[in-house]
Amino acid sequence: MTTATATTTAKTAAPRDGGGALPGYVSDTLALAGRHLVHLRRSPGRLVLVTMNPLVMLIAIGYLFRESMNIPGNVAYEDFIMAGIAIQVGLTSVGPTAIGVAMDLRNGLVDRFRSLPIASSTVLIGRTLSDLFVGAVSLTAVSLVGLGVGWRPHNGFLQTLAGFGVLLAFIYTMLWLGILLGTAMKNVEAIDGSGALVLVILSFLSNAYVGVGGLPGWLQPIAEWNPVTSVITTTRRLWGNDPVGATGTGFPSEHPGLVTAIMLTTLLVVSVFGSLRGFRKAVGN
Amino acid sequence: MTADTAILAEGLGKQYKSHTALHGIDLSVPAGSVLGVLGPNGAGKTTTVRILATLITPTAGRASVAGYDVVGQSKEVRRRIGLAGQYAAVDELLTGRENMILLGRLLRFGRRGAARRAVELLDRFGLTEAADRPVGTYSGGMRRRLDLATCVIGEPEVLFLDEPTTGLDPTSRAVLWDVVRGLVADGVTILLTTQYLEEADELADRIAVIDAGRVIAEGTPDALKRKVGSERLEVTVARPEMLADAVAALAMIGGGQEPVADEAAFRVSVQLTHGLDDVARAAAALRDKGVATTDFELRKPSLDDVFFDLTGGAETRTAAAAGAHQGDKG
Repeated sequence: MTTATATTTAKTAAPRDGGGALPGYVSDTLALAGRHLVHLRRSPGRLVLVTMNPLVMLIAIGYLFRESMNIPGNVAYEDFIMAGIAIQVGLTSVGPTAIGVAMDLRNGLVDRFRSLPIASSTVLIGRTLSDLFVGAVSLTAVSLVGLGVGWRPHNGFLQTLAGFGVLLAFIYTMLWLGILLGTAMKNVEAIDGSGALVLVILSFLSNAYVGVGGLPGWLQPIAEWNPVTSVITTTRRLWGNDPVGATGTGFPSEHPGLVTAIMLTTLLVVSVFGSLRGFRKAVGN
Repeated sequence: MTADTAILAEGLGKQYKSHTALHGIDLSVPAGSVLGVLGPNGAGKTTTVRILATLITPTAGRASVAGYDVVGQSKEVRRRIGLAGQYAAVDELLTGRENMILLGRLLRFGRRGAARRAVELLDRFGLTEAADRPVGTYSGGMRRRLDLATCVIGEPEVLFLDEPTTGLDPTSRAVLWDVVRGLVADGVTILLTTQYLEEADELADRIAVIDAGRVIAEGTPDALKRKVGSERLEVTVARPEMLADAVAALAMIGGGQEPVADEAAFRVSVQLTHGLDDVARAAAALRDKGVATTDFELRKPSLDDVFFDLTGGAETRTAAAAGAHQGDKG
């Protein structure tokens, strides 16, 4: 039959490279990341959500409530709030990433990927790369609006860039936290709820909108050690937006960069290993 | 290496915390043939397929596919198999072509090679026109065809199809059967699970019937049908009160086997031991008793009979019918 001959010719015409493992790993990851970028083009909800949420907070708190916000030191409120707004890009990403993973696990697509001779980690890494791209786009949009309402970095180009680097590292860590959530919980409604909870708790129990000193006394140590607080402080200092005393007086306030590095690395390592384990287990059922 | 046996399973077991899904499955599928795995829901069909496709590991026994061990050499196995699970595993937001190219790239055909292969297979599976529409707009049958097309991109030696036509309309089912036959013609070994006996009868060279995690019968469709016995005579009576008389009349020809009465359907059936002679005697006996019949039918055993016979479904069937009957009264 004609079909049979077509197949045999294809076999000789398209030799598959069995070549080096690393280039294969990278190209698999990129192919899978490309899949999510097509999703983004067809259904840009994720980009809208991740961008709008910080912008709404910027307008609500940075503009509407700004007169009633008491912050320590003599920094303009637009300057103060910007790092706190920017981290929301990361916090908002947790939910949609988790839901995306859970949906893939539900509809059998992951079975297909797993029956291919590719490393299963490429499926997850591919997703985080495209989600990081979305995060970078919204971070850019949020920063441009920030510039529009009066935010200014004061420490020169390189330090400003370093501030964005810290934010991207934070966003990437949050994406893996989302993947951990998605592989562990699987139930989409429950994930949606916990994603929102993460967003509210982590951002309000920090120095995002007011100094830690503005919170009730018993919450201050929690806010001080909240990784989000360290990320914000580090970014503010790099941007020259940090009033003295915004973080409190403890160790995290004195060494925000160190605390950020340790906390994000720990969180990332735990999330990555937990996710890979959860992913394999979820498929094995 | 892969010479004769494409799929071999020996004493395959899968134990979960709360229950045992498989109690030692033995299968042997010669290269280039089609094995139909038949069984009710929850029999262990999917678990078996998932073990053979390296998605889960067995807790007992061993299995090899295309000559490689599914546990120790899973990567080699994955290079040689295609898996179409129960749900069409295609990305709804991607177009048919994008789905094909993504899988082609993951199988290391390269961008251009994957695109070429996509064109070829989309054409072969009759999806060229829909190639650039998102899969979300496809019908169920089209999705399954795309799913199957993505399975054969890598020219697998062995293909696992887990209930490939469940939920499809008869036309789509027939189209999919043709596609499967085409793959068989190419020399692909196929293991196909199904709940439809007709499907197994149509496509499979051999059939394994699985129930409660065990293979309870294995053989060619014909051999299995023979196992269930010879032809049956089915008589439908005009009025329910005639059932008893019909049973008495037919008891004479059963050759020791009691006739089976289905009260809900006014039907009595009995196994024939002497072919046409029995038919003549049955007709005479019914006339003598004055039983009026609305249907008098000779039935060759179908795979349905095999299935119900083997899984003990006959009782369930009459029990369900009786239940329905009582439901009418209440």
